[in-house]
Amino acid sequence: MTDLLAPVALTGRGFLFALSIAGSIAIFGAQGISHIFRPPFYARLFVRSFVEFAYFSLPVVAMTAVFSGMVIALQSYAGFAKYGATSAIANIVVISVVRELAPVLAGLMVAGRVGAAMAAELGTMRVTDQIDALTTLSTNPMKYLVAPRLLAGTLALPLLVLVADTLGVMGGWIVGTAKLGFNSHVYLQNTFDFLQTMDVVVSVVKAGVFGFLVALMGCYHGYNSRGGAVGVGAATTNAVVSASILILAFDYVLTELFFAR
Amino acid sequence: MSARPKIRIRGLVKQFGGKRVLDGIDLDVPEATSMVVIGGSGSGKSVLVKCILGIIEPDSGSIEIDGRDVLRLEPQEQEAVRGEIGMLFQNGALFDSLPVWENVAFGLLARHSVSRDQARARAAEILSEVGLAASVGELYPAELSGGMQKRVGLARAIAAKPAMLFFDEPTTGLDPIMGAVIDGLITQCVKGLGSTAIAITHDMASARRIGDQAAMLYKGRIVWQGEAKHLMESGNALVDQFTHGRREGPIQMELRR
Repeated sequence: MTDLLAPVALTGRGFLFALSIAGSIAIFGAQGISHIFRPPFYARLFVRSFVEFAYFSLPVVAMTAVFSGMVIALQSYAGFAKYGATSAIANIVVISVVRELAPVLAGLMVAGRVGAAMAAELGTMRVTDQIDALTTLSTNPMKYLVAPRLLAGTLALPLLVLVADTLGVMGGWIVGTAKLGFNSHVYLQNTFDFLQTMDVVVSVVKAGVFGFLVALMGCYHGYNSRGGAVGVGAATTNAVVSASILILAFDYVLTELFFAR
Repeated sequence: MSARPKIRIRGLVKQFGGKRVLDGIDLDVPEATSMVVIGGSGSGKSVLVKCILGIIEPDSGSIEIDGRDVLRLEPQEQEAVRGEIGMLFQNGALFDSLPVWENVAFGLLARHSVSRDQARARAAEILSEVGLAASVGELYPAELSGGMQKRVGLARAIAAKPAMLFFDEPTTGLDPIMGAVIDGLITQCVKGLGSTAIAITHDMASARRIGDQAAMLYKGRIVWQGEAKHLMESGNALVDQFTHGRREGPIQMELRR
């Protein structure tokens, strides 16, 4: 009987462990958010994190967006040509890019670039006692290290995604006009006719949520890392993996929330 | 010596998992006295200091500073107490992303709302107190040798003229001459500021140089306390074995736990 119940016990333990981690992350996030609104404010650290998120991630996000828009145009043409519906390609590109691809791909790229760096930096600070040193210097580590990064992630990713939206549509336009023979004016007219304000708003909201998640996972795993270089490596991996999974999960939740009928 | 100790610890207990690292610590540190805590690796020395600093929360017991139990203070009051403390970490724990001058002036900028220019000038003064040129302030911690990092760590610890100073293995990883130099600087800073100090170390030469008093931690308890100059002839079997580095004696090396 005991052997039969072993898988159940294992599942139960795993579930409880997952719940405890989720609770721990929620408390960490709530503390981080509360410090955003309480002085002292570390503007220099916010600006540094913001530049890291927005400016230095721009090339990788831009390239991802352009190529994604180009691929969508090509793939949808291949499919829609069979049904004589190629005029819908501009619509497909703009909806795919603005509603989904730009925020999700920008989020994943930033998770790999900034989230990993954040976890590695905070993890190294943890294992070399730098976080403890902050405490002894009358500085709250959550306020100094976590709050500026959470705010920067939440505000920077929407800006990046607006750029990615534009460049993704431009990628589709390049393929549409240069390779597939669309008239440039007609392609752009179709794009703007089909695009709704709500699409852009949702794109920006998703980006804000994803930026927060990337910063939260980077900070949480780095801040709580243990065990020297191995621990810092594990924290970095966990930050990227957990942020990526959360981005995809929250993408579904937000899409359901805004677009499900 | 005043009647009331500056730091008074009673019945301090801290357990990690099933291991009781601190098992009822009682320790008094009189004002303006330098107390050295010795003990083997894993004996709980660092945990003791981290409990006093408020980095680790003990399971039970009391830590009184100037007669007030800091474990029962409001967070803002605890913050104020921490403002009176300077700490030199074992590996320096300098902030990699900041230049040396900003490391040294970090506490000043955090606590006293001085301008960055004023903080920079003050950092240069403090660096000179620990024997470093002002130009070192423009370097980053990764560009410094181990001895220089310790000096910068010491400069950061004394920058706000704290009433209490803590030193975690201040000479570990340094050659004997540099160790003596750091000890000299520590003694000079502690006496100069009139601070109360606690240093934890394995280094017996260092312990005798910087300590007025000494205590030995073994299996989570203070097993001996006395004047640091008597460390080598304490008459306590545990202390004698430890200070003379003898393999035979009451302390048995635990190879596996």
